[in-house]
Formats: sequence, C-alpha cells, structure tokens
Amino acid sequence: MKQIDARGLSCPQPVIMARKGMAEMGSGKLEVLVDSVTSRDNVMRAARLEGCETEVSAKDDEFSVIISKK
Amino acid sequence: MKAGFFATRWGIVAVGLFIGVAAALLQYWGNPPNMGVCVACMERDIAGALGLHRAAVVQYLRPEIMGFVIGSLIAALLFREYRARTGSAPIVRFCLGMFAMIGALVFLGCPWRALLRLAGGDWNALVGIAGLTVGIGVGVLFLKGGYNLGRTYKAKPFAGLIMPLIMVALFAMLMAKPLFGRAKQVVDGVETMIITGPVFFSAEGPGSMAAPVAVSLLVAIAIGFLAQRSRFCTMGAVRDVILTRDFHLVSGIVALVVAAFAANLVLKQFHPGWEGQPIAHTNHLWNFMGMALSGLAFSLAGGCPGRQLILSGEGDGDAAVFVLGMIVGAGFAHNFTLASSPAGPALFGPAAVVIGIVFCLIVGFAMREKFA
Repeated sequence: MKQIDARGLSCPQPVIMARKGMAEMGSGKLEVLVDSVTSRDNVMRAARLEGCETEVSAKDDEFSVIISKK
Repeated sequence: MKAGFFATRWGIVAVGLFIGVAAALLQYWGNPPNMGVCVACMERDIAGALGLHRAAVVQYLRPEIMGFVIGSLIAALLFREYRARTGSAPIVRFCLGMFAMIGALVFLGCPWRALLRLAGGDWNALVGIAGLTVGIGVGVLFLKGGYNLGRTYKAKPFAGLIMPLIMVALFAMLMAKPLFGRAKQVVDGVETMIITGPVFFSAEGPGSMAAPVAVSLLVAIAIGFLAQRSRFCTMGAVRDVILTRDFHLVSGIVALVVAAFAANLVLKQFHPGWEGQPIAHTNHLWNFMGMALSGLAFSLAGGCPGRQLILSGEGDGDAAVFVLGMIVGAGFAHNFTLASSPAGPALFGPAAVVIGIVFCLIVGFAMREKFA
C-alpha cells in the first residue's frame, strides 16, 4: 500500500498530496499520515468527494487515513 | 450537540450565521460601521494603540482580537487539539503577513470585513471580493505547481502559549491604560517632561468607536471557540472551491453574509450604495488590487487573518508569526502613507501593493518543492 507522509504540513498540502495519490493509483488503498485533526478531516472529506471510502486510526498525536478506491 | 457537529455542513453554516449576527450586533453596540469584526482593522488599531503607528483616529486595544485567540485556545484545550508547533518558514510568513495587511489597508478591510461591508450594502466590497478571489486563484496555481512552505515541527507546549499570553498582556493594558511615553515639551522657553502614550486610545474616528469591552471580549471568545471547532476560513473557502470543488467552507461564509444582511436590516444598518460608505473608498482599481495582494498572501500563508489568529490560539507558532507580521505591517502602512482613507488610496499605497504582489510572486516561485 502506498503511503503519503503529510505530517507537519498544513492545509491544503495534505489534501493536495492525497488527491495526487488518489489520481495516480487507479484502484486500491492509499495511506495518508497526518498530525492534526484538521488535516485528518480535510483528507477524509477530499476522499469522499472523490467517491472513496476512508478508515482512520489514531496513534498519539498522529492519524493514519486509509483511502480505498474501487 | 456532539463534538463532530462543527465538522458538518450544518456546523460550518451555524458558525457563519453566528459570526454574521454577532458582527452586526457589535456594530449596533458601538463598533465602527461595517466593522463588527475585522481582523485587519482591529490589529491595525492595536498597532496604533501600541504606538507602532501614530494615526490618531485608529488606536485602540481591540478586545475582539484577544477574544479570538483565547476562545480558540479554550476550544483547543477542551477538545485536546492544542498542539504547539512551529518551524515552517517563519520569516516568509512574517513578510506575507506584512504585505497581507498592507493590501487589506489599501482596500480597508480583511475578508471578514469585505463580507460585512457587502452585507451592509457597500457595493465596493464586491470589487474587493473579486480581487480577493483572483489573488487566491493565483495562490492556487502556485499550490498546484508544488508551492509549499515546508513542515512544522512539534514544539514544547509553552511555545504555543506565547501568543495567548501576549493577548493577556494586551488585555491588562486595556484595563490599566498605562502611559509609557515620556516626551520633552518646551513652553515659553521652559522645558518640561510630559507623560503620554503609548498606550494610545483614539479620541475620535473609528478607533474611538467600540462596543463595551466585556461584550466585545465575550462575543469574540465565542467566535474564537466556534471558529476553532469549525476551521472557519474565508480564504480557505474560496481556495477549496477553486482547488477541489469543495463547497464546505464556502457555505459558512455565505451564511455569514446572509445572517449579517438580515441582522443589518433588522437593526437598520443596511445602506446600499457605492458612494459615502463608512470607512471605505470608491477607487475600484485599488480596492481590487489591494485585496488581490491580500488574497495571494493569505493563500501562500495558508489562512485568512481570522484563521491565522485561531491557529495561533491552538499552538501554531507560524500562524502567530503571520499575525505579528500583520501588526507590524499595519505600522508601516500608516507610517509610510500606504493605508487608504475614505478619500481614496494614499500616496504610496499603490506602489506598496505592486511591491507586495512582486514579493508574493517571488515567494510563490521560489518556494516550490522542486527547488527545495
């Protein structure tokens, strides 16, 4: 699974990186690492706008957003 | 109301409605016309109160600015979102803040005030909003081209508390009204020392118009709290529509305008027209260009002035640097005859806008990933 490290980047960078990743991958899963709730929510919303499903797990201050594209 | 409500479409709409009504009411309670909340104007007034500029009509320690930061801090602490962080090109952000303020003071308002001016019937705001949109559009082109100010890094918690502490200090000065200035004065050949500001408080003009301190502070704390929860951002609203066709944030600013318009109608504060609007001028070119500069600077810095204040309250040291850049920029804007007045643009305002746009374009090109 491809991983995008958007930790420490402020919006809209995580969204731009996630969108680029979604556009490049065709179908499958993509993991986006972020370290703020704002970035987590924004990446999830961007994924939903693209018709993808998301799954989130949290570890300390960081979040992993797994984007599934069919 | 569950914690996640503000992340929803209705959440952001509710926050926009609240800010719109609150702003109209703050005007009704004493704030300057169409300036219930204006981050640029209010930071400019703070710069004046501290003596960073000496424009006597715009000097006041606006409690709204303090409230936004403190409200955001409270929300961030309550919801465990307080994270001290810094290190993403602070000097670039400082300069972007300076030029954003200069652009805003050529137009006479930040994006929040542009919306409030529109809601009050000042059609010149439409020109400013058009400029803002174009400026943000140019910023989006840079973002698509790989523009990026780099990562922030986790800092010790205290680092993020400095901005809220500055706000507490400002509030203490608002309460105590100390006079730090000492100046020599010669009367009939006799030299005496007079005690003067800073802190300065305007005796007339917009700086003398203010809602009661407690009211301003409490309303602003509520706005700061809600804006932190909802990520309310005017620049982000326009940017997201252009960049990703995401209409989430923009629904909040539409709600703000509708609510302020309705409240203005009820409070008899709606006066449509181009001419004679309060604290506004009718020079379309420089209303447009001033806001275009601001929009570009906001998008390169990642947030409108309100959002930067909110971020500075939740621990973002880089946003705090942007805010300080804006306050210093306000000092330059008035000291260097850059800030417009109701008579129109000031002597050197247009030149400063051009310099600011050139600076932002250089930043946009220079800070692309491929060059990093």
